[in-house]
Amino acid sequence: MNLGVNSKSVTTSSASWKSGDAVSDQFPAGLRVLVVDDDPTCLRILEKMLRNCRYKVTTCGRAEVALKLLRDNKDGFDVVISDVHMPDMDGFKLLERVGLEMDLPVIMMSADDSKSVVMKGVTHGACDYLIKPVRMEALKNIWQHVVRKKKNEWKEKDTEQSGSVEEGDRQQKPTDDADYSSSANEGNWRNSRKRKEEEDDGDDKDDSSTLKKPRVVWSVELHQQFVTAVNQLGIDKAVPKKILELMNVPGLTRENVASHLQKYRLYLRRLSGQPQNGLGNSFLGPQDTGFGSISSLNSLDLQAYASSGQIPAQSLASIQAAALGRVTNKSGISVPIVDQRNIFSFDNPNIRFLDGQQHHSNGKQVNLLHGIPTNMDSKQLAALHQSGQPFGNNMHVNVHSPSGQSNSLLTQMVQPQSRTQMLNEVGGNQVLNFPSSVGQPGLSQPIPGSVFSRYGIDNVRPLTYTSLSQPSSVVEFSRSQGMELSGNSIPLTSNSGIPSYTSKGTLQEEVNSEIKGSRGFLPNFDAFNELNQNRTDNWDLQNVGSSIETPQHSNVQGRLDVAPSILVQPVFASDHRNGHIRTTSVNKAAFSAATSLGNGTNFGQQLTPSHADNSLRIKTERLPDMGFQSSLFPDHLGQEDLMSTLLKQPQEGLAPVENEFGFDEYQLDNLPV
Amino acid sequence: MQRQLANMKQSLFDQGYLDEQFIQLEELQDDANPNFVEEVVTLYYRDSARLIQSIEQALEKSPLDFSKLECLMHQFKGSSSSIGAKRVKSECTQFKEYCRVGNSDGCKRTFQQLKKEYATLKKKVEVYFQFARQIGPVEKACRSK
Repeated sequence: MNLGVNSKSVTTSSASWKSGDAVSDQFPAGLRVLVVDDDPTCLRILEKMLRNCRYKVTTCGRAEVALKLLRDNKDGFDVVISDVHMPDMDGFKLLERVGLEMDLPVIMMSADDSKSVVMKGVTHGACDYLIKPVRMEALKNIWQHVVRKKKNEWKEKDTEQSGSVEEGDRQQKPTDDADYSSSANEGNWRNSRKRKEEEDDGDDKDDSSTLKKPRVVWSVELHQQFVTAVNQLGIDKAVPKKILELMNVPGLTRENVASHLQKYRLYLRRLSGQPQNGLGNSFLGPQDTGFGSISSLNSLDLQAYASSGQIPAQSLASIQAAALGRVTNKSGISVPIVDQRNIFSFDNPNIRFLDGQQHHSNGKQVNLLHGIPTNMDSKQLAALHQSGQPFGNNMHVNVHSPSGQSNSLLTQMVQPQSRTQMLNEVGGNQVLNFPSSVGQPGLSQPIPGSVFSRYGIDNVRPLTYTSLSQPSSVVEFSRSQGMELSGNSIPLTSNSGIPSYTSKGTLQEEVNSEIKGSRGFLPNFDAFNELNQNRTDNWDLQNVGSSIETPQHSNVQGRLDVAPSILVQPVFASDHRNGHIRTTSVNKAAFSAATSLGNGTNFGQQLTPSHADNSLRIKTERLPDMGFQSSLFPDHLGQEDLMSTLLKQPQEGLAPVENEFGFDEYQLDNLPV
Repeated sequence: MQRQLANMKQSLFDQGYLDEQFIQLEELQDDANPNFVEEVVTLYYRDSARLIQSIEQALEKSPLDFSKLECLMHQFKGSSSSIGAKRVKSECTQFKEYCRVGNSDGCKRTFQQLKKEYATLKKKVEVYFQFARQIGPVEKACRSK
């Protein structure tokens, strides 16, 4: 046909071209194109252009006619080009029909180049959209759409039918498409479900064999479910398969559970390495671990965390626990300074809870925990509560917090730092802040300062939490759960004083944990003060984003000296000062610290519950600033939520953080207790 | 003669009557379709006359149905752009804009302008093609191998 005509211009190739079966050899020559356009001028021009491309052209002025042509010649065409505005039928409708009935690539055309129309073409499934006046060059390459479509079909066939590719089997194409899309949908469904469940930007969980396994995000809820299942089975008897069954989470695989269990076990081990690691429950979960790992400044804790943290870090990466998100954020910040702290902070959130509980007695550790609590799921908090008593643990929550002074130091440091950090970080890290500072305590004074600064935010946060969470309000901080857990005057509340953005939620915990931890810190207090000061600096530096933080910082700063003890160690601060209720007073102190932004002397005030309110408020205030932080604060016990939120936010930060953490953890490990 | 033809064409371009698209059409022209461009342009004028009439009728209505006018004009614009009728095309754009804002007077005014450009172009290309046909065989002879 045309070939004959066109071959005139093609001198040399005309012969082969005319041969007929030159089509396959000369692809894309011979491509069978159907053009539909109500404008005869355009139609003529297109026809000529396509002929010049050596395609086989059939023209049509009406959409209905075109459809008939297509139906009558099922395999008679390779591609359809259609105008958008046509009198008898909308071009998009034709596009849909062709796609459904014949599954051919359709190219839309129009003089209308407005974005909405082009978008419509895309959504209706057009392979391409050409703007009139159409140029020759645009038509020369339309064959790519045919090839691409065929390729996809084959690929689908492959995946769907395990490799048996039927070339050119048009019938299969639709089937394949269907299968493909259904599996994809399934995957998507899964993903969305996961998301819903986990409230995370979880990776997609796609079970399709063709895709790599998406990472599972161990959200707070999910982790809680996990822990419940584990407890039900008994930690010794808990095997992934059974856990999976108990959890009954669609889309969760045994492998996911297995790796998570591994981390959890490490976490527990870490905790038990510390005094009173009753925190088993408080296994913050991957999140925490990573987080905690950072915070575990204390060598002990750190190590524990490190290991756990490391794992979590990695798992975190995969898990994308909210904590991670937070941690990552933090780690970014704090990591550099205090690895431990980071870990600590991380841990803290996780541990906080645990620590919080324990810290009560420990005081210092508690604080740490507080910070971390955010990471820690409420579950953990509970754990913390339980373990709260043994202060010895307190730090272990922190994991890193070296039980004792170092812890306290850390705690202190953590706290102030966390605060500062938190404050600073609040803007960004939120989660991290806490851990970092918290973790510090273990480190030792010198570090704390630095750590704090980094973590300041972390610490800071916890502090705030503490205030909020006055012993009972642990929950609210979810992080501070630790604080509450401790029940003992977890100075954590004082943490609340910590400007830390409890919003980070973790902060709270951290604070709590810190407070708890801080008990032991008393001696560290001084150091702490120093730290605080450092931290305050840090705070200022770090106050990013949260205005509240700053105030808090200032408070904290002033307070740090004072507050640190308060904050960090609600336990010990109170010990110091009040020599009693640390928790309450401490909390208060922390609280007041928080509240009295800039009031260095608020410490005294802190003790008053009003402060707590203030701090609460502060915290809440911060929360809003923080954005997600606020969500953290809300008394949702679910630190997990907080953590998830936090984590979610910083998600991106996760990656870096994780590394950091992992890194830090390492360092921590090296730290001699 | 060739030069004259070229000059004619050039002036059409310079005066903005034709644009790049016209060249595209010319490139499509070959030995198999030596008068392709002329064919297409003739086709255009024949088909667009129908459109012009529809628009004219619509403009006489009161009040104006702007969406219908815009739709008709859209078609007309598409046609005009595909042969490279630059000035006509810009009038179409202007007309559509007036439709969009509901400016009746603007529409009517622009349409008159459009018709003028449309008619002017028609005359000019007719001259051009006539001339091209005259010298055409000469070119072909030159080109043939």
